[in-house]
Amino acid sequence: MTAIANRYDFALVFEVVNGNPNGDPDAGNLPRLDPETNNGLVTDVSLKRKIRNYVELAREGVDGFHIYVQEGAILNEKHREAYKALRPDDAKAAKDPKLNPRDDAEAKELTAFMCRNFFDVRTFGAVMSTGINAGQVKGPVQLGFARSVEPIWPLEISITRMAATNEAEKKKSAERDDGDGRSDNRTMGRKHIVPYGLYVAHGFISAKFAQRTGFSQSDLDLLFEALTTMFEHDRSAARGEMATRKLVVFKHENELGNAPAHTLFERVRIGRNIDGEFREIDSRLDNQPPARSFADYVVEIDRDNLPAGVEIIELL
Amino acid sequence: MLDPGAAGERSGHWLQQVSGVRNAGGAHLILNACEGAEELSYGIRLKVSGDYGLFTRPEMKVERVTYDVITPSAARGILEAIHWKPAIRWIVDAIHVLEPIRFQSIRRNEVGHKAPAGKIRSAMKRGDLAGLGQLVDEDRQQRASTVLVNPAYVIEAHFEMTGKAGPDDNEGKHLDIFNRRAARGQCFHQPCLGTREFAARFELLDPASPLPAAIEDSRDLGFMLFDIDHGARGSPSMFFRARMENGVVRVPHPASAEVRR
Repeated sequence: MTAIANRYDFALVFEVVNGNPNGDPDAGNLPRLDPETNNGLVTDVSLKRKIRNYVELAREGVDGFHIYVQEGAILNEKHREAYKALRPDDAKAAKDPKLNPRDDAEAKELTAFMCRNFFDVRTFGAVMSTGINAGQVKGPVQLGFARSVEPIWPLEISITRMAATNEAEKKKSAERDDGDGRSDNRTMGRKHIVPYGLYVAHGFISAKFAQRTGFSQSDLDLLFEALTTMFEHDRSAARGEMATRKLVVFKHENELGNAPAHTLFERVRIGRNIDGEFREIDSRLDNQPPARSFADYVVEIDRDNLPAGVEIIELL
Repeated sequence: MLDPGAAGERSGHWLQQVSGVRNAGGAHLILNACEGAEELSYGIRLKVSGDYGLFTRPEMKVERVTYDVITPSAARGILEAIHWKPAIRWIVDAIHVLEPIRFQSIRRNEVGHKAPAGKIRSAMKRGDLAGLGQLVDEDRQQRASTVLVNPAYVIEAHFEMTGKAGPDDNEGKHLDIFNRRAARGQCFHQPCLGTREFAARFELLDPASPLPAAIEDSRDLGFMLFDIDHGARGSPSMFFRARMENGVVRVPHPASAEVRR
């Protein structure tokens, strides 16, 4: 597998409808907010998790596309273990050496083995505890935080469940019973949703790091496939309806790139659709009704005077 | 998986003999006996900025807390992301802080352990991947990071030639390569502000034009990480007493007595 020979920068535009794209553990699982601007945030690790999950589904059991950082167990492994008794680890490994591997050559071998077998190590890198100055693999793909284009207003939705968790709870609600018999075992729960949010994440792919981990063209295609369809396989009660709306890839002619990434990202302009017109997002929109669908936004891509050697590929 | 600390690539040993030490932008005080004329031509000025930055304090690595200002080590990593060869070593001279210092807290689910080398080795021997994966939901740590908001800096730096420089390595060549790349937005990999999820925008500043104004703020930043000495045994950390004077942090030369090991 030859590594890619072009630098890429990409902008991923995705939406959430009546869901929580990424809860904040510090705020009781409220959707993440930038406290200064009220823009919604989705962390890089949250997006990477979805990419991993998608690849796990799309390339289940294919050699070279295993996922190192898994969520839950893999059925495949279970099947294999059924007819193949695991040999115990050798005693040396169990003691977790506190120094470097025997030599640099071995460290390189370990890294190469991991990169060959695991898609996520090849793509995002991994930290390996080879003792002091752990061998780190830096992956070619770098993702930033996704940020909503407008401030979001999370709603707190209270919901009820017609069952009690345990006997004590049942007793407590029976004391409050108002006699209609229905409130007997009810418990209240809470959900946080974003009615609508359009988020943009920026990503970077370094051809130079790709050469180190062996990240190939087919890996790149798989990554873009994952970015466009990962939300389709991430449905849950909390997520609502999420979908990738746009994936704009800037392909540079050479491996170092032909233009600063931030100038390319500025070419993807997102504004509000007011009576069919593109309107910059600013405080003057406050009198307009809030956006509730993708049709309320306009995504413009400025293709004029592109820097030489940069190509825009609109994958979605 | 989060990358703890974003160390740049390994540079040569700090204390090895360098040929032709030059001191760019020598208008400020550097308390070391650096010989050599003042030649601005070998200095560069790079403006870097981003939405967030996280320059983790080594004493607060679990629930990460950032330094107030980018460390010389992180600044070096940014320069190396644009251009670096074993023949040169970047020396950061000064850091200009262009935006007020503000913080935010972000809590994320992280993985508790690194990939164990021993397990990988035994999997290689067995020729089987069983049991190699990491189950994130069974090995989860929720950690908060205190990050900087909208950081923007001007990094003033120059480079010195190291012992690995060959006959066809000269300052002019490497300076040209760096300037050409930085001006075009080219880079080896996208530089970042401390950790890789916080990508850095960078632009080269014209040496003739005045610098963007730094903030009107002076404070003692206390002992701050200077860099990690990857050339020495055990990669010890080096520290220096950082002071911000009217938004500018002067960085001592690595060989100066101000840098504590």
